[in-house]
Amino acid sequence: MSAMKTFVGIDLGSTTTKAVLLDEDGQVLGRGITNSRSNYDTACRVAQQEALVDARFTLFRRQFGSDQALSEEAEAFLDALEQNFRLEQYLEQLADLEETCTRLVRGERFAKTGDGLKAALAEIFSRLRAEAPALYGPNSTRKSDFFRDIAGSRYINLAEEVAREMGVANDALINLYDKSIIAVENRPPSGSLDEKFRRALERVTSSGEGVTDDLAQKAKNALGVELEDTYLVGTGYGRVTLPFSKEHIRSEILCHGLGAHMMYPKTRTVLDIGGQDTKGIQVDENGIVENFQMNDRCAAGCGRYLGYIADEMNMGLHELGPLAMKSSRPARINSTCTVFAGAELRDRLALGEKREDILAGLHRAIILRAISILSRSGGVQDQMTFTGGVAKNEAAVRELKKLIRENYGDVTINIDPDSIYTGSLGAAEFARRAAEGRMEGVEA
Amino acid sequence: MKPAIVKARPEDVQKDASMILQKEMMARHYDRLCDAPMTGEKVASTFVPGNLNELIMCFDLVNNLPEVNAIQSGLRKKSGQYIMEAERAGHSEDVCTYVKSDIGMMMKGNIGPNARELPRPDVLLLSYTGCFTFLKWFELLREQYKCPTIFLQTPYMADGRITPNMIQYMVRQLKEDVIPTLEEVSGVNFDIDRLREYLKKSARAEDDLVAVLQSAKHKPSPIDAYFGGIYYIGPIFGAFRGTDDAIEYYKFLRREVEERIAKGLGPITPDGTMEGEKYRLVVEGPPNYTSFRQFWKMFYEEGATVVASSYTKVGGTYDFGFRHDPERPLESLAEYCLNVYTNRSLPMRIDMLVNYINEYEADGLLINSIKSCNSFSAGQLLIMREVEKRTGKPAAFIETDLVDPRYFSAANVKNRLESYFQMVEQKRSGKGAAA
Repeated sequence: MSAMKTFVGIDLGSTTTKAVLLDEDGQVLGRGITNSRSNYDTACRVAQQEALVDARFTLFRRQFGSDQALSEEAEAFLDALEQNFRLEQYLEQLADLEETCTRLVRGERFAKTGDGLKAALAEIFSRLRAEAPALYGPNSTRKSDFFRDIAGSRYINLAEEVAREMGVANDALINLYDKSIIAVENRPPSGSLDEKFRRALERVTSSGEGVTDDLAQKAKNALGVELEDTYLVGTGYGRVTLPFSKEHIRSEILCHGLGAHMMYPKTRTVLDIGGQDTKGIQVDENGIVENFQMNDRCAAGCGRYLGYIADEMNMGLHELGPLAMKSSRPARINSTCTVFAGAELRDRLALGEKREDILAGLHRAIILRAISILSRSGGVQDQMTFTGGVAKNEAAVRELKKLIRENYGDVTINIDPDSIYTGSLGAAEFARRAAEGRMEGVEA
Repeated sequence: MKPAIVKARPEDVQKDASMILQKEMMARHYDRLCDAPMTGEKVASTFVPGNLNELIMCFDLVNNLPEVNAIQSGLRKKSGQYIMEAERAGHSEDVCTYVKSDIGMMMKGNIGPNARELPRPDVLLLSYTGCFTFLKWFELLREQYKCPTIFLQTPYMADGRITPNMIQYMVRQLKEDVIPTLEEVSGVNFDIDRLREYLKKSARAEDDLVAVLQSAKHKPSPIDAYFGGIYYIGPIFGAFRGTDDAIEYYKFLRREVEERIAKGLGPITPDGTMEGEKYRLVVEGPPNYTSFRQFWKMFYEEGATVVASSYTKVGGTYDFGFRHDPERPLESLAEYCLNVYTNRSLPMRIDMLVNYINEYEADGLLINSIKSCNSFSAGQLLIMREVEKRTGKPAAFIETDLVDPRYFSAANVKNRLESYFQMVEQKRSGKGAAA
């Protein structure tokens, strides 16, 4: 079995935790993301594992000939492999959930009902396992990729059925689930990834459909490469809570600067609008930070502000931008105070202003604040790279482009679809350099 | 798994002998102030920048410094409550928090750091040296105490130099207004020879202070010229300039620092001597007092020493040669006021900071911008850009407040500081690679 060195960067944001895996040449092998929840430790491991899974697929692609588009046949094979891998992961977590639920059935409280409940649990989980392959079959659609969402709704339905059939208390079954799910969710899947990949590969090959010996052999070869965790660097809001030693921690500002440089080497100015801070960063031609400014402890006008607005309007975060784009007369809003966001919104709605106009005004207010931070950091130089969750919001991007043009003229504004990974990409590159003993940004 | 902010217990905090000596001096002074109603001594309230301690002593007045009282309230975690008290009384959130802490303290019985009531001032002596807030502050105090108020105006050094006119203008105010009013308040006649005596003593202590501050040119620096520097300026910026106590203190301190140099020691911190100096910084702006030790720790934990700071020049700038001069008593009091940091124009401040970065071989400039301090904050971004341009060294900007605990966000400050230190590191190694 051959080994491959990998370099891990982890960005522990206030909302999501991201991981990037680089190979020795600095090419991205894999990316992973998960909710930060209140447990950075788990978030970190889950994100890293997701990046490893993603990296495995990169290796499959490389074996099949290209990082980019493959033949229809190969793509179908990879899709099937991924579905089956996710199925294996789901089954593993189901087993964990079953064991956790069953373990709770003990003691005096269950003296009379215990046996019945255990039997009911066994039945529920056997049915959950039986219907699992369909959830991950071809053409299946899942509403969510989170285990809680998928397993939870099915468990509740099946528990009701089984309780009726076997004459046990439904609420006791629900109670057991409620008590177990958080523990399971906060436990990253413990089984070996390679093992799950192997089982997934077996499922795919045994189904036989569209699988050539060549593809199967190449997939096996790719699985034979061991991904060695060579060096890890953590950054982001939660970095200090991790069991990393100091030389494995880098400032998120430096990581963002370097990450943006790697995505767009001509970057000189970076704007990052994240969950609870906004940063303006100036970098030199090597991605080294020359200057930066960020909001102080007040999170006015950051991503979280949009989150509150979305909650207040009972909308999804991703729906705000498109609605704001429909506005023809943006409202004039000056306050970006997150605490008062709800009050401002209700006031204006009460005055009869249109939702899209208010939203357009709110987006503009956020960007105005970002422009102020940018100018304090030294202005905007060509090219500018916009990162963070807010860069995915088309209304925010539109306002930014407008205001940059008004204030700084023609500036190329880069937005990478994977911009959410900018910090972790920079961190991974720091890890790669640290392992090489290179000194840029590494403590001497 | 919260990061352990290990706080040294009071008995564990490491202090130099000079710090203990200073503590005793301060305690004695506060007792003298609080005893004033019994002893019959009269009290002059005045401010650190432009503090005319030698003149005040000529009239047997005791010097009371409201900003120092506010700092004491901040260090003792009382200011938050005082500020809220003042805000309830109608003072806006934007008002200088020294002022609000002082007003709030008055409303709560005016209890000083020695847990005793501070005396009513008999006179308010405002030597205005660039901080506009001081004017308003004394207007409030005058309203409260209905005592005589003296206003000595120091011309702003807009052109970057002191002209004979400026000195004449100030000497005339001293002769025609300040001195006669102080005579009237105190009942003591002015004796210029007594003033000369005090000024001679001031100059002696000032020599030793400068030697202490300039010791930071050594590598490693034996002192921290910001966090430690605040201790070092205490006596001379306060009620001790011109006294034998100050001469003794600075002689003692200088010896202590020279010993540190001889032993190759770094600065003393609350957790003991800092080893392994990694970053040498110049800091512009006042410190935060409510989380003073936590703030300091963010520096020494990373091996960062402040080798020069502008804040240690707010009560007088001595390192460019100025000394109080018994031969020119009133003139040198005028020059002293003119030289105060906040009375210097932006280009002068920039020159000073650039000079510090070069002379002290610093890695760069860090600005601690104070939310509620307009006289310091105005122009700081411009200062930063210019200093960066002229020195080629990286600069950074953090934001805290003087004594309002609500404006100190440890996570945010630490984030920026760490980024800055890593930026300095990156710049250094980047340069190494290019060479």
